[in-house]
Amino acid sequence: MSNLESKKIVISERRKFLSLMAQSVGLSALGGMVWTGYLQEAKSAPLILRPPGARAESEFIRMCIKCGQCVSACPYNTLSLAKPGDHKPMGTPFYIPRQMPCYMCTDIPCVPVCPTGALDKKSVSSQIEGVETLDITKAKMGLAVVDTESCIAFWGIQCDACYRACPVMDSAIKLEYRRNPRTGKHAFLIPIVNSETCTGCGLCERACVTEKAAIHVLPLELAKGSIGGHYIRGWDKADEKRLEGISTDVTTHTKRSEKSATDYLNSGEEMFK
Amino acid sequence: MSLSRRDFLKTTAAASAAAAVGISVPSELKAAAEHAEKDWRWDKAVCRFCGTGCGIMMATKEGKVVAVKGDPACPVNRGLNCIKGYFNAKIMYGADRLKEPLLRMNNKGEFDKHGQFKPVSWKRAFDEMEKHIKAAFKVGGPEAIGVFGSGQYTIQEGYAAAKLMKAGFRANGIDPNARHCMASAVAGFIQTFGIDEPAGCYDDIELTDTVVTWGANMAEMHPILWSRVSDRKLTSPDKVKVVNISTYTHRCSDLADIEIIFSPSTDLALWNYIAHEIVYNYPESIDWDFVKKHTVFATGFANIGYGMRTEADAKKNGYSEKELEINRKEDAKVISEKEAPGLAHLGVKAGDTMKMDKAGAAGAHWEISFEDFKKALAPYTLDYVAKIAKGNPDESLESFKAKLQELAKLYVDKNRKIVSFWTMGMNQHQRGTWVNEQSYMVHFLLGKQAKPGSGAFSLTGQPSACGTAREVGTFTHRLPADMVVDNPKHRDVCEKVWKLPAGTLNGVGYQHIMNIHRQIESGKIKFAWINVCNPYQDSANAEHWIKAARKDDNFIVCSDAYPGISAKVSDLILPTAMIYEKWGAYGNAERRTQHWRQQVLPVGEAMSDTWQWVELSKRFTIADVWGEQSVKGGKLPNVIEGAKAMGYKPTDTLYDVLFANDYFKSFKTDDAVGKGFDNSEVFGDKRAVIGSDGKEWKGYGFFIQKALWEEYRKFGLGHGHDLADFDTYHKVRGLKWPVVDGKETQWRFNAKYDPYAAKANTGEFAFYGLAGKALKRGDLTKPTSTETFPLPNKAKIFFRPYMDPCEMPDKDYDTWLCTGRVLEHWHSGTMTMRVPELYRAVPEALCYMHPEDAKAKGFKQGDLIWIESRRGSCKAHVETRGRNRTPRGLVFVPWFDEKVFINKVCLDATCPISKQTDYKKCAVKLYKA
Repeated sequence: MSNLESKKIVISERRKFLSLMAQSVGLSALGGMVWTGYLQEAKSAPLILRPPGARAESEFIRMCIKCGQCVSACPYNTLSLAKPGDHKPMGTPFYIPRQMPCYMCTDIPCVPVCPTGALDKKSVSSQIEGVETLDITKAKMGLAVVDTESCIAFWGIQCDACYRACPVMDSAIKLEYRRNPRTGKHAFLIPIVNSETCTGCGLCERACVTEKAAIHVLPLELAKGSIGGHYIRGWDKADEKRLEGISTDVTTHTKRSEKSATDYLNSGEEMFK
Repeated sequence: MSLSRRDFLKTTAAASAAAAVGISVPSELKAAAEHAEKDWRWDKAVCRFCGTGCGIMMATKEGKVVAVKGDPACPVNRGLNCIKGYFNAKIMYGADRLKEPLLRMNNKGEFDKHGQFKPVSWKRAFDEMEKHIKAAFKVGGPEAIGVFGSGQYTIQEGYAAAKLMKAGFRANGIDPNARHCMASAVAGFIQTFGIDEPAGCYDDIELTDTVVTWGANMAEMHPILWSRVSDRKLTSPDKVKVVNISTYTHRCSDLADIEIIFSPSTDLALWNYIAHEIVYNYPESIDWDFVKKHTVFATGFANIGYGMRTEADAKKNGYSEKELEINRKEDAKVISEKEAPGLAHLGVKAGDTMKMDKAGAAGAHWEISFEDFKKALAPYTLDYVAKIAKGNPDESLESFKAKLQELAKLYVDKNRKIVSFWTMGMNQHQRGTWVNEQSYMVHFLLGKQAKPGSGAFSLTGQPSACGTAREVGTFTHRLPADMVVDNPKHRDVCEKVWKLPAGTLNGVGYQHIMNIHRQIESGKIKFAWINVCNPYQDSANAEHWIKAARKDDNFIVCSDAYPGISAKVSDLILPTAMIYEKWGAYGNAERRTQHWRQQVLPVGEAMSDTWQWVELSKRFTIADVWGEQSVKGGKLPNVIEGAKAMGYKPTDTLYDVLFANDYFKSFKTDDAVGKGFDNSEVFGDKRAVIGSDGKEWKGYGFFIQKALWEEYRKFGLGHGHDLADFDTYHKVRGLKWPVVDGKETQWRFNAKYDPYAAKANTGEFAFYGLAGKALKRGDLTKPTSTETFPLPNKAKIFFRPYMDPCEMPDKDYDTWLCTGRVLEHWHSGTMTMRVPELYRAVPEALCYMHPEDAKAKGFKQGDLIWIESRRGSCKAHVETRGRNRTPRGLVFVPWFDEKVFINKVCLDATCPISKQTDYKKCAVKLYKA
């Protein structure tokens, strides 16, 4: 029963997705005629990377008036506005790190010019001596993820191009030293991304020397898992932080606990026969 | 910080050990050239790039290199590479490869210095070279010809070039770019050991407990060796210590337990501090048995200048008033407060003027007593050294002192093996020879040299700085196997091997690479040829040399594979075969010689440097060049009669005498080693290139690369430089010379490992090098004896003082400039800037600076700024983050990017002994572009 239900959901989700795709194609073919409709559908573009300070995607889409001011403020031509055919919400700003990453300007020129707050200045600022000061290291444009199968550092090649390209080097990307049992004398120097300090600028993705980047930036929501609060690392005092504000609604629900205890106990007599 | 790092390393070591259990280790891949069923062929070669000398395998298919792999059988790298090595397969196929000779011509097709480059035939190219060399000879004799050689020459091409220059043209004006890179190491070796190149080998890394990097960013410049250092650290994170000593934080600091940031040039004081600690505070650490049996104490003059033009000379050549401010110090300098205490042994004080009147005797040295040595070290106390050497203004003196003490303790610890590595930081240094010698001073005092796991170890920058530039002797003053032109006995040996009439060789070798530039500027050199290097991008004070090259009275030829700045300033460009398009051999930093076969045909009409030199030799007869010739300080005799007596005819060409003689011809083309492989020089090839005589090139008809090798190795056999025969190297993954009875040598001078040291029969060690092995005796200021005292099998422990560099930041030029490389790019970027992945990874050179300096000067991250010195300026973008973190007051700019032409800014001061340029320190100002 339950299996069937979940299958249904999958199918329906999939169907919806396919129809969206079809619509997008149709709409692209129609050119700019049905923009609103297109925009509606393209909201689901899950892989889009936004300028620093961008609010959560749904909110961002709501607030962005597609004025292009952030794009013209960017000194590196990192940002573009989505055109028909980009398969992204039309007119909204985005960047593709492999083509042009965010260079993490310390004065973040793209953010203060945003007239609606779709790019939230506060989220990329720190309090320095009581003054709100722009701080690009607070940006959360995405998260770099390493494909360990295509990263040549995992073969033992002394590469680390991503590590050296990282503007938050030794924090957002650290090198982990591991012994190489095959050669017996050449350590692996492995890039490890720290999600807390990675801003998603994509300089690593740009620098990666493999044919298709072995390190690539994904939107945070897509890239990150979530552990849950019920288990704390016993060997890491700091991990207790996760207990702060933890919910006390701890009742668990599974298929097995669907019936109340008495319902369960009072049913299923056939088992004794 | 060091604690948490240690924990980190421990954890990762454990993790990797655990991981190892579950990992299936792939069996060693076979070097299978035999896989006939495949449509590609694997064959062994060596990486094109640095002095590490990683073995690689090349896959070729339909005449193109299509892939590369690290050679699992090569002990250096066991199948691994760094990212430059990873791209060896892509370096030869840049879209703008030079494919045909190009000559500057006017519309009538005549050579015109101001004309545009247009394609010409090889014949025309050699006609022009012949014409201009003959014209140069007429005006200025052999000294009117200059050759910019290379530490990236294959051994055979370096040998062919040196032979034609020295034995043919009787010209010593050939000097490699290795002068910019290794000359101080060489001078240090020769003065200390009497013989060139390191005692130890890379196995020291696995055997040591302590690695100290002195001015060596191994993490970026020798990544495979650094991965070995990292692995050694992981095997025993608590016991193994790594110390990084530098003028700025770089990637080696990541692994280091201690990082010492020092003020430029004060490494001289740091070494003396360690020696001071040994002699005064830890005398029990001195290995007296070693010191007494195997060494003597020595010193030399301090007032030796800075290797620049003197003020008068600079004025004559049109230097600006600003530049003269520095050139004046070549004549005299006022002793500073900073250096005065360290020069106490000379009886001088701050404010005194030091006349640089021993510049001509810079290399002179004499024996001193241990008591004098000790006395000279007296001022180098912790207080003095910490005060002058602390390089980070934001570090406390106490913290710096504590690190120096820790460093000294690591050295003096009797139970600790220690390796000191250095590269350009200590070599590109106005007292480069001194600071090299100081490293041996410390290791000798402690008896920690030439032993497994212990030794001062000079790493090489270029792939064959050792194998070619040094061992073959493509320096102005050198001959093969450590012989020198100014030694009549050495000239005699060479004349015999080369079958030259007595008196042919020129005994005056002073045209080192900066002199070649300077002599082009002053008009003495009229013809220059560039081989396997980019001297107009890589030489400091570049504007002078570029202007000089474009003057009407000279002719510059550039052999290259790609168009760069040197090609651009030249008059004739020769398209040149790259490494895997020819047979060759390189020698790495651990004395390992590695050979390879031609893998593919060259692109276009490109031909190898060997071919170009040998073809040129056909254009000159004995009568043209072996008559009486004028050189500095005298004349070379006419040797034509002597030549006739040996059976030569005056009409014989230098080709007949030097290359196509009976010995060379005895190497037959039908040779098992070459079977199935191309050899464009020997057979010609299917491109049917029209050669230097206007006819299709069909090859020499003898195995020229083997002949060059076999003749060359005669020089070293039996003299401590023994190399194996040609065929052997095509079977093995390189061998570390001396190769005696088929066995390579891991630790030289150690009787347990080195048959030459054993033969000397002087106990455990013998420093059997022969150069400079008789010294006068004297005090700390001068020699006092007239007679000399022999010191067979002994090495020297030098005292050398701290001195300021000749240009230091002041109120107008307030910042130190240091230059260097990045992992992604090789030298001037001609190859790596054409590999799309490497270009994308690092498309431009940045100006690394401290964020506070940037703020104070009003720069933002990424701003374009001017970097200006007394000599020139260039623009670069500000980088306050990233791989190199400089202390306040110092900026670092890499030199690979011709658009960020930092060598226009650099000063061409050199170590006066080694003549190696100091690229690591000059004074600049920075302002917004």
